[in-house]
Amino acid sequence: MDTNHSRRQLAAMKQSLFDQGLLDEQFIQLEELQDDANPNFVEEIVTLHYRDSSRLISSIEQALKERNLDFNKLDTLMHQFKGSSSSIGAKKVKAECNLFREYCRAGNAEGCMRSFQQLKKEHAALRKKLEAYFQVSRV
Amino acid sequence: MNLTLTNGKGSTSTVTSAAVMKSSDAVSDQFPAGLRVLVVDDDPTCLMILEKMLRTCLYEVTKCNRAETALSLLRESKNGFDIVISDVHMPDMDGFKLLELIGLEMDLPVIMMSADDGKSVVMKGVTHGACDYLIKPVRIEALKNIWQHVVRKRKNEWKDTEQSGSAEEGDRQPKASDEADYSSSANEGSWRNSKKRRDEEDEAEERDDTSTLKKPRVVWSVELHQQFVAAVDQLGIDKAVPKKILELMNVPGLTRENVASHLQKYRLYLRRLNGVSQHQNNMNNSFLGPQEGTFGTISSINGIDLQTLAVAGQLPAQSLATLQAAGLGRSTAKAGVPMPIMDQRNLFSFENPRLRFGEGQQQHLSSSKPVNLLHGIPTNMEPKQLANLHQSSQSLGGLNMRVNASATQGNHLLMQMAQSQPRGQMLSENTGPRVPRLPSSLGQPTVSNGISNGLLGRNGIAGNNRGPAYNPVLPSTSLLNFPMNQASEMSVNNSFPLGSTPGISSITTKGSFQDEVTSGIKGSGGFPSYDIFNELHHHKSHHDWDITNPGLTYNASQHANPLQGNIDVSPSVLVHQGFSSTQQTGQSRDSALIGKAMFSMGEGLQQDNLQNAGQHLNPLLVDNSIRVKAERIPDASSQTNLFPEHYGQEDLMSALLKQQEGMGPAENEFEFDGYSLDNIPV
Repeated sequence: MDTNHSRRQLAAMKQSLFDQGLLDEQFIQLEELQDDANPNFVEEIVTLHYRDSSRLISSIEQALKERNLDFNKLDTLMHQFKGSSSSIGAKKVKAECNLFREYCRAGNAEGCMRSFQQLKKEHAALRKKLEAYFQVSRV
Repeated sequence: MNLTLTNGKGSTSTVTSAAVMKSSDAVSDQFPAGLRVLVVDDDPTCLMILEKMLRTCLYEVTKCNRAETALSLLRESKNGFDIVISDVHMPDMDGFKLLELIGLEMDLPVIMMSADDGKSVVMKGVTHGACDYLIKPVRIEALKNIWQHVVRKRKNEWKDTEQSGSAEEGDRQPKASDEADYSSSANEGSWRNSKKRRDEEDEAEERDDTSTLKKPRVVWSVELHQQFVAAVDQLGIDKAVPKKILELMNVPGLTRENVASHLQKYRLYLRRLNGVSQHQNNMNNSFLGPQEGTFGTISSINGIDLQTLAVAGQLPAQSLATLQAAGLGRSTAKAGVPMPIMDQRNLFSFENPRLRFGEGQQQHLSSSKPVNLLHGIPTNMEPKQLANLHQSSQSLGGLNMRVNASATQGNHLLMQMAQSQPRGQMLSENTGPRVPRLPSSLGQPTVSNGISNGLLGRNGIAGNNRGPAYNPVLPSTSLLNFPMNQASEMSVNNSFPLGSTPGISSITTKGSFQDEVTSGIKGSGGFPSYDIFNELHHHKSHHDWDITNPGLTYNASQHANPLQGNIDVSPSVLVHQGFSSTQQTGQSRDSALIGKAMFSMGEGLQQDNLQNAGQHLNPLLVDNSIRVKAERIPDASSQTNLFPEHYGQEDLMSALLKQQEGMGPAENEFEFDGYSLDNIPV
């Protein structure tokens, strides 16, 4: 049946996301909150997150363009970003956030830049995968 | 509330817990379902998730993404929420500052959250008075048990206010706390334990309604505090243990726990006075020590402090708390090192009792220094003057200002501010010049009445021996400023930011150190008010205070016409406090003054200041006889400082204002027995 098929597909996708270390427990928590009253809760949250986080990413990008990096500000921004990402269970992104913050604390501008690039990549990759995931879930 | 779960997810567990909780707990049948939670987080994703989780736990959730919004929500509907969950990092206000403010103003349990799990941050939460700290991402299990904090707080409040020796209770409380207070990720078993424990305690305590918060509290009256101090002196501050103190005091109905907590505050107060000259950092550290002990008894602190302040029962608890906090904060953190809230509270409370005691006698503090902050601000007022002041303070009306003429340093001015009395304006009026000096943050010379009132009350401004009129030139102005700053919106008269109060109180306690005071106040965890204080300190040169204080005191006394109860107005404090009511002095700094007064008192009002203050006071006061002895103004209802659990500044202000207006039965209103603050007509 299509429903079964898509359900299985969905499960497989999710499993794969977990296996790749892209998602963690928190995602399950979100799914558990989903109910009849909020049937698309997880998707709503993820959408909200990506909308909000792109704002943060721009801010960080701006801050990184400054000649003299303000590591405190960067750290604060990244802290926010980390909080948001961890709330949807974005495991890899969260790890990259931690790395970035370490570079900040060390005052390593180069490291920050590199880490941030990686972070953006992870962030975008997860976004795509989740979009696909939700697409299947809506089927 | 019916437990019908619309969502199937996890409903089983939820239902079970809810059901179980329901049957067990005290507040209502459905408790903890229906618990009113306010959640504050600038991250919309987290906010939405939390809201959903809390709803799943069957709580009533209100969410907001800004701290200011949260504060106004809380202020608007007092008792509209049971618990607050707040993020640490927020753009418009530091989460810890919000935490302190809430603790001071509304005395609600606050849970902090952050993605940050570093030890220092968590410690900060502890020291600022958070009842729990959750690491993000928050799991629903962690939220299921937050109701325990509400219950625990109420229990603690009972305990604190209990007069009869209920040692068991005391033992039980910590036990309960320990057991129930496990990490935020407490599992369901925990609530059962705590529930059980609570049940036991409930039985033993024979308290049916945990939710009722109105309980008798130990009021550390002037006499009582004097007895306490005498006992401590006799034993020697190092050897003074609660048990022995209790024996020496020989007061029926007083428990060892009462003495212990009071002693803790007293010690902090002393330390503060002694350490005034030291760095705030040091003080902070030192505070941390005692703080821990007191931590968690914020309610008690507030209660006790408030008590002292609320001699006339006029001071809104919150204002006192704020004053205290402010005072405490300031004193310790000149550099703005935030004084742990606890410290502040302790200091504050500490001060208050002291203030009260200044009954015209030299308070003999173990630390000879101006420890008198509590004892009032080391005022150099002669007892006589204090007496005069005292009397004049009567005119202040609601203010319970007791001029405390004792104290080694001088006189303690206990300012018991009748809440209603000091009109914010008074403050402003008094110290004309001073007001301007108040930290710019204050902006307005008139400190909200509330503040001033609070200040007055709280500060046990040590009666400085100054001329007839107490002029507690307290660096407390900073305190006043404190509130003012704090609320940026605070009009001097009205904005009596609770947060600031603490500052104020601390200032007063400081007594001897003007500078310290300011700094100390500043310390408070980021209260805006603290900044005020700092500024005050900075600005203040004693002279500034002189100007202001004198005015302040006067006003205070003036306004305090209806002073009820004792007007133990620490010279500076009184002035201020009373001021609000006395418009005549034309000092606009009502609150500021009061704060100042308080502070100055604490900060070691200068003699000159006092003199000035005294002088000002005299004219203002109807009769210049300042009685040191803190006699309660008859009306001022008992000295019980029973502060209603939550009453906001508005209440206080209104109360104060009312008093100032010479409400007739104002005093009656301030009867503390019933936690009059609530009853104070606004």
